[in-house]
Amino acid sequence: MQTANLLPLILVLAVAAYGLAFMRSRAVAAPLGGIRNLKALPFYYAARAALWCAIPALIVLAAWAGFEGKVIQGMVISSLPQNVWPESPGQASLVLSQISNVAAGKLNPEFVPEHIAGAAGLLENLRAQSGTFKTILVLLIAALGAAFAWTRVAPHINARESVERTLRRIFFVCAAVAVLTTVGIVFSVIFETVRFFGKVPITEFLFGTSWSPQTALRADQVGAEGAFGIIPLFTGTLLISAIALLVAVPIGLLSAIYLSEYASKRVRATVKPLLEMLAGVPTVVYGFFAALTVAPFIRDMAELVGLEASSQSALAAGLVMGIMIIPFVSSLSDDVINAVPQTLRDGSLALGATQSETMKNVIFPAALPGIIGGILLAASRAIGETMIVVMAAGLAANLTANPLDSVTTVTVQIATLLVGDQEFDSAKTLSAFALGMMLFIVTLLLNVVALKIVRKYREQYD
Amino acid sequence: MSVNETISSAAEQHENSVPVQDVVTEKKREDMPVQEGKTVGLPYADDPKFKLRNVEVFYGEDRAIKDISLDIARNEVISFIGPSGCGKSTFLRCLNRMNDSIDICRVKGQLMLDDEDIYHSRRDVVELRARVGMVFQKPNPFPKSIYDNVAYGPRIHGLANRKSDLDDIVENSLRKAGLWDEVKDRLDATATGMSGGQQQRLCIARAIAVSPEVILMDEPCSALDPIATAKVEELISEMSESYTIVIVTHSMQQAARVSHRTAYFHLGHLVEVNETSKVFTAPQHELTESYITGRFG
Repeated sequence: MQTANLLPLILVLAVAAYGLAFMRSRAVAAPLGGIRNLKALPFYYAARAALWCAIPALIVLAAWAGFEGKVIQGMVISSLPQNVWPESPGQASLVLSQISNVAAGKLNPEFVPEHIAGAAGLLENLRAQSGTFKTILVLLIAALGAAFAWTRVAPHINARESVERTLRRIFFVCAAVAVLTTVGIVFSVIFETVRFFGKVPITEFLFGTSWSPQTALRADQVGAEGAFGIIPLFTGTLLISAIALLVAVPIGLLSAIYLSEYASKRVRATVKPLLEMLAGVPTVVYGFFAALTVAPFIRDMAELVGLEASSQSALAAGLVMGIMIIPFVSSLSDDVINAVPQTLRDGSLALGATQSETMKNVIFPAALPGIIGGILLAASRAIGETMIVVMAAGLAANLTANPLDSVTTVTVQIATLLVGDQEFDSAKTLSAFALGMMLFIVTLLLNVVALKIVRKYREQYD
Repeated sequence: MSVNETISSAAEQHENSVPVQDVVTEKKREDMPVQEGKTVGLPYADDPKFKLRNVEVFYGEDRAIKDISLDIARNEVISFIGPSGCGKSTFLRCLNRMNDSIDICRVKGQLMLDDEDIYHSRRDVVELRARVGMVFQKPNPFPKSIYDNVAYGPRIHGLANRKSDLDDIVENSLRKAGLWDEVKDRLDATATGMSGGQQQRLCIARAIAVSPEVILMDEPCSALDPIATAKVEELISEMSESYTIVIVTHSMQQAARVSHRTAYFHLGHLVEVNETSKVFTAPQHELTESYITGRFG
């Protein structure tokens, strides 16, 4: 039987085990004078039966599914006559794909050598056997598990504890999956980064002032010299992020102050969700807004006052990105300002302070750590943003502080490096991983600082 | 439902747990007459600091204060007592317009401070609150240094031209609040690190620092231990020489110890106002009597 069919079957068995154990626990309890004489509620006996039925069966099923393919392949290969044994792993996989194509009926057995056709028959045979064994084994284990749990439905056995323990382990596994995935991603990036630094020295990468990720396909190619200096990319990132924060912090903070201190309940209830909607607009929409509306407008304005501006500029990308991250600043600031106890406001107002004096002298200082946390989160969002920059700021890695010039950022370069067909042994492709690593480190540091500040803030009022 | 029915149904529900007598008292309290706008005792004074006439406070549709008239004399300590939710804090907060920040709250009637209308549309709330200070139930020092807490009001109102003036104001206020000797060596320490009683006295010092004429206190000792309470009460007695003090309290002993007059509030009505000794020894209204003898509250 297929794995996909086995899963619902195990589920049905588990439900049946649940029901049976539930009824049995009631039956056991009845002569004793009700379920209060059991160590645990019937639910726990039933849940334990369901867990005993499902979990071992699922583990065996997963293990079988994981190793089945390899084991069968090994058996098929070793069944081939000695004289046609594949010499290399590459050959082996060729032979195997031939065999499985024959077995799947995609290849006429008459057109292949006899030993291949025979192996195909064996493959099909083994697969069928494996399926049967798997089905029997899994169902047997499920039944045994349920039966074991059934015998353990007894008034003196505390099912509650074992169910709690099992649930705790399940939750732990779920948490571990998330953490391990992150760790896996980090390690894969680290390995590629190390390979990159084998091709390009780390000092050139960190301190080089020119970025031109070209590698030669042929030795005599024109312009084959690649340059992998990260500084233009980081200055571009910083320039655009700084412009974005210059837009987002004042607007976000002041709107948060308005919403939390001055706005009536009804205004707040309407404006706050609208403001938060800004965060829900897809960045690509911001991107073409920036590229088609803001960037040409800035170029025209600059020309009007006699400045030279490129049609893709850091200013355009930064302004639009600033609008995008306003809700990060305003929403978080609004929350922390609201968390400042009302008694502090009352204390200040009762001394004759005006609302704005209260805001400036009491609430803002008290909320400041939380506000900084919100700003840092917005900053890490700005640093990681790609789409707006691709569309509005361009791809040219200029080392400049002029916001009217076109610049590029770390994330944009990663995106362009990995779009299209790639070979994973060239410095060009690998440099994307090194850039990703740098970006990861920077945003991680920002997040750590933000979390530290937010936590410090929490201690103040708890 | 009549009284008898109430008794019998209650008795059925709690066959042997609730004494029948309690139910009668509970019922009587609902039935006791409170005549609106009628306050027994001595509600008026000659040349009052506050002259309050026909005050009504609404929370939306809800009438929280029902036609209260009262005078508060200069340099007197008057305490407001009454069961929870009787409106005494609401009434207190009308005196420096702290109810303004509650959107649905409306105040009607005539409230005069030194013959000036508190709720006049052109009234400067900042000036009003500088004259009528307030101390809250929970000590609420700002998360700043002890010095900055006391200097907060004087700085806002520009009371000190030089640093040395400000230092004097801070020292005097802390002395008056009986806190100077405890904190003079650590004026730069954060106020939130002090004990609850010290924090509350700091809040009193903070209120004194703007030289108010009146100090409103909303259950100033309810979050304090007995020793800190005794210190604050002593402080109130000392301050009564220079300030008019209005204090809301749940402790009848406290009212008896610190105040000249006591006002008893009940469900938004001002039932009785009289000299404190009279209220506690010979209450004129039966509701007051029930409350101070502990039959409900």
